[in-house]
Amino acid sequence: MMRIAAWIIAAALALAGFADAGERRTSRVAVPTVKIEKGEACVAPTAQMRRDHMKMLLHQRDRTMRQGLREPRFSLKNCVDCHAGRETASVLGKDGFCSSCHEYAAVSIDCFECHTPLQQKRAAARP
Amino acid sequence: MNPDRRQFLGWGAAAAAGAALAPGFRLIELARARSPQEAASKLQRWGLLIDITKCADCDACVTACHEENGVTGHGRPETDAQWIRKVNLRDKRTGYAQTLPLMCQHCEHPPCVDVCPTGASFKRDDGVVLVDKHTCIGCRYCVMACPYGARSFIHETVSGQKADVPRGKGTVESCTLCVHRVDRGETPACVEACTRDGGKAMVFGDLNDPSAEIHRRLRSEPSTQVRADLALNTGVRYQGL
Repeated sequence: MMRIAAWIIAAALALAGFADAGERRTSRVAVPTVKIEKGEACVAPTAQMRRDHMKMLLHQRDRTMRQGLREPRFSLKNCVDCHAGRETASVLGKDGFCSSCHEYAAVSIDCFECHTPLQQKRAAARP
Repeated sequence: MNPDRRQFLGWGAAAAAGAALAPGFRLIELARARSPQEAASKLQRWGLLIDITKCADCDACVTACHEENGVTGHGRPETDAQWIRKVNLRDKRTGYAQTLPLMCQHCEHPPCVDVCPTGASFKRDDGVVLVDKHTCIGCRYCVMACPYGARSFIHETVSGQKADVPRGKGTVESCTLCVHRVDRGETPACVEACTRDGGKAMVFGDLNDPSAEIHRRLRSEPSTQVRADLALNTGVRYQGL
């Protein structure tokens, strides 16, 4: 009887410990604030997008450039149109969708040296 | 002769006979409009025909091109990018003057592609010569190789690019034949502007399509290539030069 009680207590403590560790991690480690303005569904599940978005873009870039395939699904234009900030209409800047995370991860991307970071619909409407 | 080889040759002969028996039947379909899910194909070759006798003394094509592609200068003509320019010709003896727009001639055998060390300068299957700026290292060999002086180098940081026309410092660029518009089934900006505001001197179309106006006119009227002696087989042809 005592042994079973000990097991239960041990299991409860372990669970509490895990929860605690997760909580402590978020409070101790700074995580990027990623503002997703539009919808829940991207072109792929979030976990896959986080891991593989660069591969998708690289693949699409060569198809578009070399073969003239302008499929909108994985195009950079499509990313920008959905993820541009509400006020800035841009994916760059302090809270920009692209820049906030890349700055956190110390990744320097040069997509926007050439490509426009502005959402087209609103960029056209602005003076 | 082993039996497999004999059988194979037999099939070949049968296929040849079949093709010969059906003269209206085409093994390769001719050009048609392309969907976004369809790659550029060798069946098409985009080209321009420019009638200089109609080319008015305006620069509607130049303005429209630079507006469409977001090409802006810094007021420094020596280094500013130039995708298309007006060239004035004058016969010194008679004084006869002509003006014509000159841009990338979209050669079949482009010297810029031959010299590119990274493969960034390339010819798309439908004959459009482009720079892949993702792999361009800015060496400018192509700028020197082009006999038409069509390529420009971007010396300064660029902002305010058009979504369809990425441009950035340290890469080479030139006329893309408005490939983003052509892929949507439209004509290049220069042609549209010339037809609207200019002398209606430019015709755009598929050089391989017998039903296209450009094909019909090239077949029935005289035309010239600039520097035809280089045998580059340009996609841009001139009349009245």
